Amino acid sequence: MIERTPILNVATHVIMFSGLLLLLVPVWFAFVASTHTMQAVNAIPPEFLPGDQFFTNIEAAWTRADFATKFVNSMIVAVGVVVGKVAIAAITAFSIVFFNYRLRQLAFWMVFITLMLPLEVRIVPTFAVAANALSPFQVLMNLFGITALVEAVSGVRVELNWNLLNSYTGLILPLVATATGTFLYRQFFLTIPDELVEAAKMDGAGPIRFLRDTLIPLSKTNMAALATIMFVFAWNQYLWPLLVITDTANFGVVVVELGRLIPDMTTTGGGIPEWHTAMAATLIVMVPPLLVVVLMQRWFVRGLINTDK
Amino acid sequence: MAQIGIRGVRKSYGKTQVVHGVDVDIVDGEFVVILGPSGCGKSTLLRMIAGLEEITAGEISIDGEVVNELEPRERGCAMVFQNYALYPHMTVAQNIGYSLKVAGVPRATRDQRVLETARTIGLVDFLDRKPGQLSGGQRQRVAMGRAMIREPRVFLFDEPLSNLDAKLRVQMRLEIRRLHQRLRATSVFVTHDQVEAMTLADRLIVMNEGHIDQIGTPSEVYGLPASRYVGGFIGSPPMNFLDVTVGGDGGHVVVGDGQHLSIDPAIGAGLVGQTVEVGIRPEHVTVGHRAGGSTLTAAFDFMEDLGAGRLFHGRLGGADFIVHSPEHRPPAFGEEIPLHIPRDAVHLFDPQTGKRVAAQPVVQAAAA
Repeated sequence: MIERTPILNVATHVIMFSGLLLLLVPVWFAFVASTHTMQAVNAIPPEFLPGDQFFTNIEAAWTRADFATKFVNSMIVAVGVVVGKVAIAAITAFSIVFFNYRLRQLAFWMVFITLMLPLEVRIVPTFAVAANALSPFQVLMNLFGITALVEAVSGVRVELNWNLLNSYTGLILPLVATATGTFLYRQFFLTIPDELVEAAKMDGAGPIRFLRDTLIPLSKTNMAALATIMFVFAWNQYLWPLLVITDTANFGVVVVELGRLIPDMTTTGGGIPEWHTAMAATLIVMVPPLLVVVLMQRWFVRGLINTDK
Repeated sequence: MAQIGIRGVRKSYGKTQVVHGVDVDIVDGEFVVILGPSGCGKSTLLRMIAGLEEITAGEISIDGEVVNELEPRERGCAMVFQNYALYPHMTVAQNIGYSLKVAGVPRATRDQRVLETARTIGLVDFLDRKPGQLSGGQRQRVAMGRAMIREPRVFLFDEPLSNLDAKLRVQMRLEIRRLHQRLRATSVFVTHDQVEAMTLADRLIVMNEGHIDQIGTPSEVYGLPASRYVGGFIGSPPMNFLDVTVGGDGGHVVVGDGQHLSIDPAIGAGLVGQTVEVGIRPEHVTVGHRAGGSTLTAAFDFMEDLGAGRLFHGRLGGADFIVHSPEHRPPAFGEEIPLHIPRDAVHLFDPQTGKRVAAQPVVQAAAA
């Protein structure tokens, strides 16, 4: 198709570059702020060009927020969520797509409905469960009189308790249990031709073998996409870690810690806000998700060019 | 190598029955082709042999062992699928050797056998390629190699050639035939293409709407079609059919426009006065007068030139009539041409049941 629309071309480019500018200017200001002293950052008019205090500020932010520990914590949580998510999504979708059993559709819709109930919506009950992960079972046991029965027989009162607060498990598990990945995997598995499944059956491969030898290798690009999304999602979590972790010295994550650096009345106490350290910390926190996206993007492209089908 | 016994096999999906009781025995080393239009249940039957579909009723046995409840891998069948169903992420070598890998065959043995198989199918130079980098014919060969390497008791082919272009299809057909000649493994091949069926089959099973209409060698099925359906399905162009009444002494039938067509009196004797349907193959009719048989005239409209012969399209006794003849001269529109129809070229079918009417019942070539 030949299109000669010079005016339209110019217009689209103007729109594109103004969009780009809109996205980049805040990042630029964050960077500029992180390179000046406190006085220069708070001066009016503001600086538009970077200064020479970058490494000083980065170092200050790093020590002030104890990023050495917090980075490890954040990394554990993000990687844990990614691994858990990919594994659970692959297995649930595998079950829903390739096996025929009663209530299969119901199971899928139940999983699907959790998309409508993100963590923020069910934060209070989730917190209650995290405080004692076995409490639902306790309730059921009380309800059916099992607790009373056991107490009558043995004299011991059963008190189930598994506290997930202030632990990596407590940070990770609630973030893993959502349907996004399951749905993504289901859509991919539905594109696998039936004949491929049958060929595997004829070759003698059982379901687990088929999952391992065929489905997982074929879903590599899918996995990369899901892992990227989930890594960024888990890394950026703020509300849940804020609630579930009180022992911030040992279990705090970077994003929450970053929140503490952002100047407001409680941190400055009416003094001069320390935007230069806050912005330096922001830049540090941005790096891992940015790296993951950049590195994984190469995978997407490779997956798109060298399609296996 | 194995024989397959199929007894009273039925298949239903919910309340819809798609295979209505099939009985057939396949002899060791035989190449059997199941032929029928789409939706006749031929693929379903094949998939029941493979173990990919549950058998609703009846029994399938391989080498005398009932396999109804066996998993596909335990049946010793290998299958070639219509769209090849190669593992897209594996190389040709991995694709061919996968069943051995699953079976736990050690690496060295596996590589050796993959190489042997690749040599047979002529793909030694392509072992490191992925299926996406192969042509249709090569993929088809990989699919066959994957089936061969397991040295199965039974080869099952589910329309394996229908995704290839015409020239390649002929070539692959010959290769399959050659392969069978060498391996002599019992093979069941499903197709809707009659040429494919006729050229490959030791025996043909013609299926129609979930029933077997006829079992026999290609020439038996062509020469003595057991039903109107088989007569119309086998042969190209298809058989001409005319509604007729058996006349006088049973030695002839009366066509719609009053012309007489002689038939075998042994068959016609018991049917005098009844309406039957006759089938006449276009290639058994000759243009002009000849001794023996009968001569009828038909009005012709046009001619199709096929190079090797010509198809004359016209009408006889109110029905469309096609003649395949080496005659060159195109007919004038509506021209009446005399046609010679030998007596043994006339097949009689019961208009109600569609079954062949014969002096003696047609011997079904089913090995009991």
